[in-house]
Amino acid sequence: MAAHPRPLSPHLTVWRWGPGMAVSILHRITGGGLTVVGLAVLTWWLIAIASGAETYAEFSKAANHPLGLVVLIGLTWAFFQHLLSGIRHLVMDTGAAFELGTNKMFALLTIIGSIVLTAALWAYVLGGRA
Amino acid sequence: MSAGESSTPLAKVAGLGSAREGGEHWLTERVTSIALLLLGVWLVASLLLLPALDQKTLVEWLRGASGAVPMALLVVTAFVHALDGMKVVVDDYVHGEGNRFALNTLLLFAAIGGAALALFAIGRIAFGGAA
Repeated sequence: MAAHPRPLSPHLTVWRWGPGMAVSILHRITGGGLTVVGLAVLTWWLIAIASGAETYAEFSKAANHPLGLVVLIGLTWAFFQHLLSGIRHLVMDTGAAFELGTNKMFALLTIIGSIVLTAALWAYVLGGRA
Repeated sequence: MSAGESSTPLAKVAGLGSAREGGEHWLTERVTSIALLLLGVWLVASLLLLPALDQKTLVEWLRGASGAVPMALLVVTAFVHALDGMKVVVDDYVHGEGNRFALNTLLLFAAIGGAALALFAIGRIAFGGAA
């Protein structure tokens, strides 16, 4: 063991907040949320479909409850945010988009994009799927 | 870097350095992310294009190969990717070798159990067991 405690990444308390830092931590938070809540809902949904109309009605009831809708809308946002910042990570893995301006703009675009996509999808769904 | 030519003699003897597995984990995370990009868009688009979201319609959809196969791929890829991602988070934030091992093992069991349940459900729908 090292004699001194070693710093661990990433230090939320020492970095100054900016779009890049915010998107980085959002990527982890949304990833964790999609893992714990998203995969649980996906698995529950598949089991409900397989178990028949009555069991599915219970899932449907929970999904249409105001709290259920909040969870589903939250998951949709987490999905789009993680997807867009994931694309950003793939681009940065090639060594591109590290210039300060480009990096900041790309980070902001993932935040705006996830909100716009979530709003558009749920406006369509709640608007009666036109 | 592994304890190669650039290491100090002490580091070599102590066996310090990478286990030479990090790169593979990193790459798996990227490859599954590309697959999930396609499968995730497929799932959202499919749900939006279905005429309704009642159980009967969903069974019809998941009974065919065009529904069941991508859904099974999505489940396996999503659980693998989630496990890879959670391992990075655990390794970064959880202190202590024992705690990390316990949590990573718990996550592994949960992922395998969850994926098995989801795949069983898809199989039951696809092979006609769903009411």
